[in-house]
Amino acid sequence: MRPEWTDFVGGKWEEEINVRDFIQKNYTPYDGDESFLAGPTQDTKDLWAQVLDLQKKEREAGGVLDMDTKVISTITSHGPGYLDKSKEKIVGFQTDKPFKRSMQPYGGIRMAEKACADNGYTVDPEISEFFSVHRKTHNAGCFDAYNPEMRACRSSHVITGLPDAYGRGRIIGDYRRVALYGIDRLIEDKEEQKASTGRVMTDDVIRLREELSEQIVALKLMKEMAASYGCDISKPATNVQEAIQATYFGYLSAVKEQNGAAMSLGRTSTFIDCYAERDLKNGTFTEEQIQEFIDHFVMKLRCVKFARTPEYNQIFAGDPVWVTESIGGVGVDGRPMVTKSSFRYLHTLENLGAAPEPNLTVLWSTRLPIAFKKYCAKISITTSSIQYENDDLMRVTHGDDYGIACCVSSMVIGKQMQFFGARANLAKCLLYALNGGVDEVTKKQVGPKYRPVEGDILDYDDVMAKYEDMMEWLADVYVNTLNIIHYMHDKYCYERAQMALHDRDVLRYFATGMAGLSVVTDSLSAIKYAQVKCIRDEDGVIVDFETTGDFPKYGNDDDRADEIAKNLVKKFMTMIRRHHTYRDGFPTMSVLTITSNVTYGKATGNTPDGRKKGQPFAPGANPMHGRDTHGAVASLSSVSKLPFNHSQDGISNTFTIIPGALGKEDQVFAGDIEIDLNK
Amino acid sequence: MKGRIHSLQSFGTVDGPGVRYVVFLQGCPMRCAYCHNPDTWVIGAGEEMEASYIIEQYHRNEGFYTDGGITVTGGEPLLQIDFLLELFELAKKDNIHTCIDTSGITYKPGNKAYNDKLDRLMTMTDLVMLDIKHIDPIKHKELTDQPNDGILAFAEYLDEKNVPVWIRHVVVPGITDDDYYLDKLGYFIGGLKNLKALDVLPYHDLAKPKYENLGIDYKLKDVPPMDKQTAIEKKKVILAGIKRRRAEENIETDYKEHHTC
Repeated sequence: MRPEWTDFVGGKWEEEINVRDFIQKNYTPYDGDESFLAGPTQDTKDLWAQVLDLQKKEREAGGVLDMDTKVISTITSHGPGYLDKSKEKIVGFQTDKPFKRSMQPYGGIRMAEKACADNGYTVDPEISEFFSVHRKTHNAGCFDAYNPEMRACRSSHVITGLPDAYGRGRIIGDYRRVALYGIDRLIEDKEEQKASTGRVMTDDVIRLREELSEQIVALKLMKEMAASYGCDISKPATNVQEAIQATYFGYLSAVKEQNGAAMSLGRTSTFIDCYAERDLKNGTFTEEQIQEFIDHFVMKLRCVKFARTPEYNQIFAGDPVWVTESIGGVGVDGRPMVTKSSFRYLHTLENLGAAPEPNLTVLWSTRLPIAFKKYCAKISITTSSIQYENDDLMRVTHGDDYGIACCVSSMVIGKQMQFFGARANLAKCLLYALNGGVDEVTKKQVGPKYRPVEGDILDYDDVMAKYEDMMEWLADVYVNTLNIIHYMHDKYCYERAQMALHDRDVLRYFATGMAGLSVVTDSLSAIKYAQVKCIRDEDGVIVDFETTGDFPKYGNDDDRADEIAKNLVKKFMTMIRRHHTYRDGFPTMSVLTITSNVTYGKATGNTPDGRKKGQPFAPGANPMHGRDTHGAVASLSSVSKLPFNHSQDGISNTFTIIPGALGKEDQVFAGDIEIDLNK
Repeated sequence: MKGRIHSLQSFGTVDGPGVRYVVFLQGCPMRCAYCHNPDTWVIGAGEEMEASYIIEQYHRNEGFYTDGGITVTGGEPLLQIDFLLELFELAKKDNIHTCIDTSGITYKPGNKAYNDKLDRLMTMTDLVMLDIKHIDPIKHKELTDQPNDGILAFAEYLDEKNVPVWIRHVVVPGITDDDYYLDKLGYFIGGLKNLKALDVLPYHDLAKPKYENLGIDYKLKDVPPMDKQTAIEKKKVILAGIKRRRAEENIETDYKEHHTC
């Protein structure tokens, strides 16, 4: 065994790149409570005060403190940057200064220029020229290949948020590999992979060989970048501090090269805990030191920033990075994967205060230890900063080493990745069905010129038949648009750093999504169970509706409405599946528009459910606001009927509740209201 | 049989242990000045529902209620005791935890026919949450328009039947927050061996709009909400009363055992 691995239980992971095997053989489940946790050190407090000060200055400066306009960001483009070198236990920034945003033009030079211009900066003209004349970007590639129909769908927003001008993201490198194996071993492995490709040079073999070469370059650069901070990551980490640092350098390399829509971290806490336990046992570090390393790591993750445009921020309601870290879950052998470090990660919300990033996500199972569940409840109540996902559901297909990218997209770390595909606006598609493909806002013919509905009163069967035809069309143009996007992204903006931390042959999820599920469901329910009269404008386009009578609404555990929702999900997914997908991507769909539902709503006219033009859709798979009238369980129950096998990329439900409604004095989940006569 | 139901709530978190399916029954003889459900007062209104329908609804989402169960509240649920008998019989067949949230107002010690039913109901009841509005008979009458002798007798009846009880008490500034009476209340409930919890609720005035909508005069319009901190202090007063009684009577106070309720 290598000296760095002393005291670890050996196994397959020594012979092959297999982080899961290492974790399973070496992690120590923890079912105790949070009483062991340590508070912030003075250095942590000082550094965090510095970050808060920078945040304040950034806000005062209008959102951006500093931007690079000359240097194209690569793994090694910038020298080391620090807050206060003498205090930082985990180091590394995207550029040579904290809060200085890097320039990443490979996704699209116009987006990079606009991001600068909108914030009062100008990209160096030489760089603009280079990426306009000499080197094509992902964005330019997409527009070279789009057909007029795709462009029309894009501008009418029946397909929105497409990653054709920015990084697609939603790829999680297995950053833990850097810590466990060291870069040299990973390069060896990649060289072996390259030698293992087929001899007949078909285009997929050529592409694979080129990509593996790119990955090897990225690995070498990671080593170089770490060295500039005085760290040697060529060999495995020897203690928990080095393990966190190496994992972070892996992640940092990714965010130096990709301004992705979601740059998630993976599932690191239980991996890190193997080192923490070893160090505690050997007396290498104290609890306070280990917490300090994790606090500093999380502090760095909170400082990840990208140059983005105000429009981008509008789609995503802010400037999210989606540094999602998946915590907990249960192993396939039945042991909960909660460790002391699962607590330590959540504890950063106490030591540093609440924050949306990193997006700490608890993989929830009924079988998690009760003390951990209570701690999660406590932190949720005090910080509102924890996201929950159903591990019992996902473990069945994904096993116990998957992570969440963005908000709900699950993938096995290092073995699966995703082609992010934004989403299709199903509510607008319904209006297209009624109007024979004419856009209700612009009055342009965007969809195919099918026969519009006739008469004043909408007939359910007639509308459904037309809607299905229109959905077929939308699925077709949507999937093919994505085929172009992912082809061009691979070609011009390849994620070499992230893919270097994957196996050779990965499963590529071809992710699609739908927006407006509850709007369409209630609209169809209104047409079916009440009477919906359409109102046409002077051009004969249906622009409004008059609904008489009540109708069942999604969100009340009423099967009449919920069946409509279920069928919509199944139908659209089935249509998606019928199409060819780039690189044999495995088609999936999501119902998860957590923030962009506002933008989709803005671009969509009046709908038969009573929603007015421009009003936001409900987020994700949520019932429309105020229409779920039977309490939270009934509402959740409606959502839980949606078939996961037809929406494998995730179904989200945003749930807001005042603490008082969860129980008295915030105590119900943390214990009941016994009389304690000893006090 | 059918009961008269005001509404069903699928996510009850403050009406007994765990997450609960809460059935609000229609009708109540009390007219508590601070009642926050005046829309449940009228007897004979509401929607008629079969007991079996309610159990069906519960089962649809039973996964949410694994540590909870069904709570009947109202209104005054014990006004519809025949319905409760059927509902709880069905619930117990399916091993569902049952809880009654009551004012105890329907109990009259001499009413044999009713009390026989009550005896049977109590064999199927896992928890009673008894809301004692005021310990003093005159003040009770002023506050609720009803006497409290039957209510206090009901508390003793539950003790005798060994039904686990949570006592609830709403503290209203200037009306039910007098330390003298709170101590007396504590002293009274301290004598109950089946007492499992004490739930002191600070008065709030969120129901005001309901009164306006119903056109009912809101008697406490000039009373401010009770702040949480004071409510905690008031709870201590009641607890002290409980302790005093327990010390006098030497009642075992090992509450650790009672975590199951």
